[in-house]
Amino acid sequence: MAEDSLKEQSEGSILTRRYFLETIGGGAIGIVAAGSAVLTGQFLSPNVLREPPLKFRAGPTENFPPESVTLNKEQKVFIVRAKEGYFSAVSAVCTHLGCITNWKSEEEIIACPCHGSKFDKEGNVLEGPAPRPLPRFAMTLDEQGQLVVDKGVMVGEEVILKV
Amino acid sequence: MKSLWQRLFASQVWRSMFRHGLPESNRTRAEAIFYNFFLHIHPTKVRKRSVKFSYTWGLGGLSFGLFIVLTVTGALLMLYYRPSVPQAYWDMKDLQYVVSSGQFLRNMHRWAAHAMVAVVFLHMLRVFYTGSYRPPKEFNWVIGVVLLVFTILLSYTGYLLPWDQLAFWGISVGTNMARAVPFGVGDNISFLLLGGNIVGENALVRFYVLHCFVLPVAATMLMGIHFWRVRKDGGV
Repeated sequence: MAEDSLKEQSEGSILTRRYFLETIGGGAIGIVAAGSAVLTGQFLSPNVLREPPLKFRAGPTENFPPESVTLNKEQKVFIVRAKEGYFSAVSAVCTHLGCITNWKSEEEIIACPCHGSKFDKEGNVLEGPAPRPLPRFAMTLDEQGQLVVDKGVMVGEEVILKV
Repeated sequence: MKSLWQRLFASQVWRSMFRHGLPESNRTRAEAIFYNFFLHIHPTKVRKRSVKFSYTWGLGGLSFGLFIVLTVTGALLMLYYRPSVPQAYWDMKDLQYVVSSGQFLRNMHRWAAHAMVAVVFLHMLRVFYTGSYRPPKEFNWVIGVVLLVFTILLSYTGYLLPWDQLAFWGISVGTNMARAVPFGVGDNISFLLLGGNIVGENALVRFYVLHCFVLPVAATMLMGIHFWRVRKDGGV
């Protein structure tokens, strides 16, 4: 009987005190939980990266003889100077899984030691699992005659730096 | 001598820890199991064939034993290892050549880790071949699969910590694999895992925290549920 009278009471009014407090409390907990999830996500993503800058000086042009491919180990970029004398910068990071490739001067190819991908010195894939050609970066010459490579700007094969 | 033991068992200190008497009757034998924290999850009845060693090969227990070995040796290794780029590699070398028993502990940690992956996998095979994944135990199989993934992730995150060439390239390749997830999701996963775009200081600290805290704690909780469900379903 007591149960029945309780039931009648709660059915009588739509908004009971219990339902009201549960909704307010649950809603507040929900908002806090959602907010914490967002804040934690933001916390996990660093705002300042102390990584090497994307733009760097590769050295004066006379360091690179014509028809040469030089690996800049620190920046993981090949400085390629063609026979005709113009420059291009080719990434040394394999497009397969990120290993650092090497220039094989006797075969005239860029080869990856990890899974055997091979590229020509323009960065085009010759063989192996690499899905994309090596990206080529924008190059400029500063006032002191130093080559400047910007790894933040990718360029096509037609873009070269004539010196 | 015998009376000395009997006096110990009758003492108030002993009785405060073990409230039941010696397991001499069926009742006290049962109480010895029920009132023990480590034993209370045992089922009241066990099928004779599931107690047989060649039914389980003790592989689940072995996995847990290896986890204990890894926790203890890992905690000791943490005392000499600092997860920072200038120090990590040399701390690892110091552990091998300078710290007393350091070489032994590091090797024990390494071999137990290899063994745990193998034993967990064999345990999964055993459960498969005895059909122990069938209802009502299908959810425990799912927990077991997650625990296998955690075991592999623990191995993988530990791989970066020596900070040698193998570690660096292993993590470079692994996080580049994560990058293959489409719609830019992979790039975000890789960025969050490494705490940046390259395998550097942030990546080392993140993998250290995952390896020494997040994954072991998560695995421990799941193991608790896993064992409890095994016992409630009449396993050993």
